[in-house]
Amino acid sequence: MLAYIIRRLGYAIPILLGVNLLTFALFFVVNTPDQMARVQLGDKHVSEEAIEQWKAQRGYDKPLMFNTEAGGLGLVTDTIFYEKSLSLFAFDFGKSDEGRNIGSDIQQRMWPSLMVALPTFIIGIAVNIAFSLFVVMFRASVFDTAAMVLCVVLMSISGVFYVIGGQFFFAKLWHLVPISGYLTGPDAIRFLILPVIIGVISGIGGGTRLYRTLFLEESGKDYVRTARAKGVPELTVLFRHILPNGLIPILTSVVVVIPSLFMGSLLVESFFGIPGLGSYTLDAIQAQDFAIVRSMVFLGSVLYILGLLLTDISYTLVDPRVRLS
Amino acid sequence: MISAFCLVPLSRLFRPRGRGVAGCGVAITVLLSSGLLAGCSEETWNNPHLADEFGKNIIYSSFSERPKHLDPARSYSADEGRFIDQIYDAPLQYHYLKRPYELEPNTLTHMPDISYLDADGNQVSADAENVAYSEYLFELKPGIQYQPHPAFALNSAGEPSYLFASPEASAAYQHFDDFTEQGSRELVAADYVYQIKRLADPTLLSPVRGLLSEYIVGMTEFSDAVTTARKSLTQPNGWLDLDTLTMSGVEAIDDYHYRVRLNGKYPQFKYWLAFHFFAPMAREVDRFYHQPGLADRNIVLNWYPVGTGPFMMTRNDPNEVIILERNPNYRDDRYPAEGESTDGDAGLLKDAGAKLPFVDKAVYRLEKEAIPLWTKFLQGYYDRSGIASDSFDQAISVGSQGISLSDDMKERGVTLDLEVVPGTYYFAFNMLDPIVGNVGDAQQREKARKLRQAIAIAYDQKEMISIFMNGRGEDAMSPIPPGIFGYQTGEEGINPYVYDWVDGSAERKSIDEAKRLLAEAGYPGGRSATTGEPLVLNLDTTGGSGGSAMQNWMVKQFKKIGVQLNIRGTDYNRFKEKMQTGNAQMFQWGWMADYPDAENFLFLLYGANGQVVSGGSGVNSTNYDNPEYNRLFEKMKLMEDSPERMEIIRRMIRIMQHDVPWASAWHPHSYVLNNQWVSNSKPHGISKSILKYLKIDPQLRGEKQHEWNQPILAPLWLVALLIAIFAFPGWIAFKRRQQHRIADDSSSNNVGGH
Repeated sequence: MLAYIIRRLGYAIPILLGVNLLTFALFFVVNTPDQMARVQLGDKHVSEEAIEQWKAQRGYDKPLMFNTEAGGLGLVTDTIFYEKSLSLFAFDFGKSDEGRNIGSDIQQRMWPSLMVALPTFIIGIAVNIAFSLFVVMFRASVFDTAAMVLCVVLMSISGVFYVIGGQFFFAKLWHLVPISGYLTGPDAIRFLILPVIIGVISGIGGGTRLYRTLFLEESGKDYVRTARAKGVPELTVLFRHILPNGLIPILTSVVVVIPSLFMGSLLVESFFGIPGLGSYTLDAIQAQDFAIVRSMVFLGSVLYILGLLLTDISYTLVDPRVRLS
Repeated sequence: MISAFCLVPLSRLFRPRGRGVAGCGVAITVLLSSGLLAGCSEETWNNPHLADEFGKNIIYSSFSERPKHLDPARSYSADEGRFIDQIYDAPLQYHYLKRPYELEPNTLTHMPDISYLDADGNQVSADAENVAYSEYLFELKPGIQYQPHPAFALNSAGEPSYLFASPEASAAYQHFDDFTEQGSRELVAADYVYQIKRLADPTLLSPVRGLLSEYIVGMTEFSDAVTTARKSLTQPNGWLDLDTLTMSGVEAIDDYHYRVRLNGKYPQFKYWLAFHFFAPMAREVDRFYHQPGLADRNIVLNWYPVGTGPFMMTRNDPNEVIILERNPNYRDDRYPAEGESTDGDAGLLKDAGAKLPFVDKAVYRLEKEAIPLWTKFLQGYYDRSGIASDSFDQAISVGSQGISLSDDMKERGVTLDLEVVPGTYYFAFNMLDPIVGNVGDAQQREKARKLRQAIAIAYDQKEMISIFMNGRGEDAMSPIPPGIFGYQTGEEGINPYVYDWVDGSAERKSIDEAKRLLAEAGYPGGRSATTGEPLVLNLDTTGGSGGSAMQNWMVKQFKKIGVQLNIRGTDYNRFKEKMQTGNAQMFQWGWMADYPDAENFLFLLYGANGQVVSGGSGVNSTNYDNPEYNRLFEKMKLMEDSPERMEIIRRMIRIMQHDVPWASAWHPHSYVLNNQWVSNSKPHGISKSILKYLKIDPQLRGEKQHEWNQPILAPLWLVALLIAIFAFPGWIAFKRRQQHRIADDSSSNNVGGH
């Protein structure tokens, strides 16, 4: 397995290089270093000298990809792309265009993201599994049909609507929770209740439909029929036989997103004023802060690759028939 | 509806279709009539602030844009000024209550003494022809202390407590709070000199360096010297003691006096002295933040400001909250005893002579969305709020008597602050454009002028303000907004090329007049007199490519005279590029005053400030260049306010009105709402240093918060009931299924049957 993991990590390098190249190309197609400087320096009294100084301080005074004036390796190494990319592979994110240490900012801001994403993720899975098992138990009934209609309705509603509706009812009308904001420590809980509830409810539709399908497929198999024929109670059939075996495919969709939980949610964090990595990325895009954008895209890619690797490893743990080679 | 639904035997719904199961309507009916739908509590659950802050003398506010720079040499935006202007003490400040805006000493004993010198250094009179230099002499109030800060902490030997030779030596200090020792010292004149030297440091990218270098003697040479000195530093970003270099025009005479010498006369310099750019910077502070390793941990001056002002920043987390607390070392500063004639009746002089500041702490929370911000204001969790367009009708009533607070706001005891913002938004032409610009021979230029005038008449700015701005603005006749010297009202003040004075008010000229001008411009009926092609003009904007209500309205304005308007949406970068290269045709732009002087608005049309000729750094976005206007501007900007200056301003305005570089303009109005426990609030269009004057009644706030935010629990009970309604019959159906025997089920041959 170790060889497999090392090989997969080796594959990750060209992928990350490609992602970084693509991010770089897309960003600089839209923004030139001069424009970035103007955004950072503001509209009033911005001189050409100040722009040049800003670029020189941040290393944007070099050619983008190829430095034809430099000899030898300098052709490639004495460029913005090389200098900004190399350090990423050592997870040295450098400084933002505002001059702040990105690594420190990420460390600080991943916790609020996790505080929202982790409970939403865990409670969401639990609710989706419980609800889908409940639906499977009453399969082919009116309740089953109604539940599926409800799921489609829940899936069809925009995430923004959940947020605004939740804020309107829970915070504005009923005064049950703060409408937005964030505090650290135990005080954070009352700010997290609403985003977590909204995150869970908005995920019920898709989650339940997927899990129901998996559990239904499992419930039609011979070993389930045998268990029932032996007189095993329905609840035991559901929880002892169907659930563990149904969890294997569920693992595929679940494990892959675990590392990405750090990255936060753009929508939820923005509307609820949660200072996580989601809003960090959004702010950076708006501020044309390339240093943060490339760092977050790189980190997102690394976490996604990690998620895929963990998924593969988790297969071997839950299904002894699977072997990595 | 719920009752009717529940009376159906719900357990039937959980059965496989086609089978019958007994109902349970009675149980559901009992649940529904159980009276569990009421709830109340003594606590407020939706309080977004820390519970232990309840009832304390803290003012709560918000910010939507995170401040980028808190270094007084670098910061230039209003979003940043609202924080650092409470911390840094500029030599001058604006009187809080008096209008028109008036400067007064802040840390000075009196207004600076100004003397004028000729080229040989001999003193001459202010109106002498041969004034070569202006010299400003400042005298500081004694005894002003800095806020407590680790940069001032000294050990028993009198050496700085925190002085590190390498990043490793400072490794134990990962966060600013790790510096537990603090100190302070008296403000001295050298601190003001040090800050002026910082403004000249090219690496700090101060936005005013270019402008001030034209005036402060020796500033350019100092910048060059700094650049050279930095090259000899052992560490690229290490500390350069600016006191080792001299700037010939700036000098600390002793601890309480310093002198600044300017080239020629620059009357607007006094306004810059009220900016944080000229606030003091202690040399120790600059050294402290340049120590090895601190910048890598984000411990920088740009993030942790240090001043002598009424407040100090105790938490800077612009992703969540920024907290200012009362500076315990703040000097004896008093609330003003004079103001406008109406201030007494408005209760703004009740605290005359009282010690400032009134509040102990100011908590600013990040609020990017308008709805949560407005909701928290209504819930009493924010003390003050602006009014977003969505909330305007809820807050303001517009009637024949003008605008007033809505009944709902009046019931809440909310008060309204209204002020014309010293700023101007305008719809302008690019004067380098071959169709609408001032290019070609005299005849061609006159035709283009008539075309611009026709558009100016057709474009009904007043209607735009009414429809899209909820009436929050006023039609501008010139670049100068109300409250600034040079602003004119009445018949004298109207733009005679667009308006007529009819029955005591300005009336826009008729569309027929616009069409006549358009025909004279060579476009009768909106078509070229030579080719017959329709006239299509382009508006460059960052607001999308048409389709919005506002853009449809704009198209309609041009259609009035038969001209087609093409809206070219683009991103901000492309837009800026077009402006810098002079490739836009028409555009919208705005300007907020740096200081309350006509020069700060009329320079928007000064030729040398053209965007194209200045390589993008100029503020004259239209690239308007009229020699006579330029000549008058150069004369006017050196004059103090006087009837003669007023006459020159009038002439300049007439010239620009005749040339029509702007199709229209408007001055925005600012509306700020205060909850009933806020007092001493008076909007100030220029100064951001107003926090120290605001006062709140925390006890009244606590009572109102409690009254307005009682949690309503009935919906929770209802949700619980709904869950029970579905769970109970499900449970019954499940139990039945568990007891179901295959042998008893004659209708199915399938084991499990599902």
